[in-house]
Amino acid sequence: MGKRTIIPFGPQHPVLPEPIHLDLVMEDETVVEAIPSIGYIHRGLEKLVEKKDFIEYVYVAERICGICSFMHGMGYCQSVEHGMGLEIPRRAEYLRTIWAELSRIHSHLLWLGLLADGFGFESLFMHSWRIREKILDIFEATTGGRVIFSVCKVGGTRRDMSNDTLKDIVKTLTNMEAEVKELCDVFVEDYTVKSRTVGVGVLTKQEAHDLGAVGPMGRASGLPSDMRLLGYAAYDDLDFEPIIETAGDSYARTVVRIREIYQAIDLIKQAAAKIPDGEISVKVTGVPNAEIFERLEQPRGEVIYYTKGIGTKFLERVRVRTPTFANVPPMIKTLQGCDLADVPILILTIDPCISCTER
Amino acid sequence: MHENKIIGIEPAELMEKAQKFKDEGYRLVQICVTKVDGFELSYSFDKDMDMTTLRMTIGEEVEIMSISNIFFPAFLYENEMKDLFGVKITNIVLDFNGNLYKVAQKTPMNPKN
Repeated sequence: MGKRTIIPFGPQHPVLPEPIHLDLVMEDETVVEAIPSIGYIHRGLEKLVEKKDFIEYVYVAERICGICSFMHGMGYCQSVEHGMGLEIPRRAEYLRTIWAELSRIHSHLLWLGLLADGFGFESLFMHSWRIREKILDIFEATTGGRVIFSVCKVGGTRRDMSNDTLKDIVKTLTNMEAEVKELCDVFVEDYTVKSRTVGVGVLTKQEAHDLGAVGPMGRASGLPSDMRLLGYAAYDDLDFEPIIETAGDSYARTVVRIREIYQAIDLIKQAAAKIPDGEISVKVTGVPNAEIFERLEQPRGEVIYYTKGIGTKFLERVRVRTPTFANVPPMIKTLQGCDLADVPILILTIDPCISCTER
Repeated sequence: MHENKIIGIEPAELMEKAQKFKDEGYRLVQICVTKVDGFELSYSFDKDMDMTTLRMTIGEEVEIMSISNIFFPAFLYENEMKDLFGVKITNIVLDFNGNLYKVAQKTPMNPKN
């Protein structure tokens, strides 16, 4: 056994968009152990439920994360609605599904850019984010916002999309597919990209299961887990299968996210073709008086929204278990035995969102 | 239709139930705590997308055993419960001793502190 040294990694590091800290126990250039610590941006958002009533709290939920903002609002609303036995209009469920899948595309394109930046492929990073801008433009056109939308509310949605808007979205996505393919071919086939991802940070299917991996992190190791199969929102009307890869390495995690971009485009097209006419919200009467564990599939994986109502306008508890929180133990496993130079890529391949994790 | 149920248990049953879930191939989904008169703890497990939550209520001074030697990922949730609520948990495989979260106030989610 060589001499062991400890290298602090983060909370500020060029590849980290948000602060996570790891103590890397090293033997020469090899990581023997990685010890995480979090808490640099803990904001006490769950505690805020004591000051914001159940209608207002959706604005807090949306601010848990700037990337999957919409899906946090959606998860919170679904949990409260199910707790109150509130049935929202079918059109609202379709609208939520469309915005959720647009969020998945923009999140995955953002992540692809960060990965490219992580291994120093700057033009690939810029192209990823250039294409992502088109999704942000759709958000702006349909919600008025590019990051925080505030279109989800308890009881449905605040905004509708006209048929012309839906046609424009489908047209934009159809045109975008060719650009996405051109971009993603580089991630999938380029020698330099593959040399940094193939066989790096392997997580077996059993390890992924035992360590609680969720989302693309788990599916890249062969776990067929995708919460959209629960059939919430309009997913019960749409035709899709979870995207699965089996190699469990950084390359497989990249491929899963790339395939999920195409899948999300297809789901939006299906939803745009099937969306029924009708109202987009119902009047909310009464207050929550039940507890619900709600599960959704965010771009990074399974999120849990637990809400507990006690018959007042203030909920007793909101608890959010984010996908990155669940993916920290698998990340630690993939770091064990890796080279120091691969640490940034391995951390990036769980697509960490620390803002979500710490709430 | 997938199941999503909550089952009440006694604290003494926790380890046995957790081991049973492990043996049957369940995944630990989450652990959370709600501050009531004492603490209300919820341990959720998933198999084939059916979710079962074990629910128990304990007094604030009661110590409970960690399930992290059965489900390793539990160490994160249990450290979080210690740091933010002050739940007394022993035998956590990776125990941060109240230093996982860098918070200015001790156990900020527990109103009494």
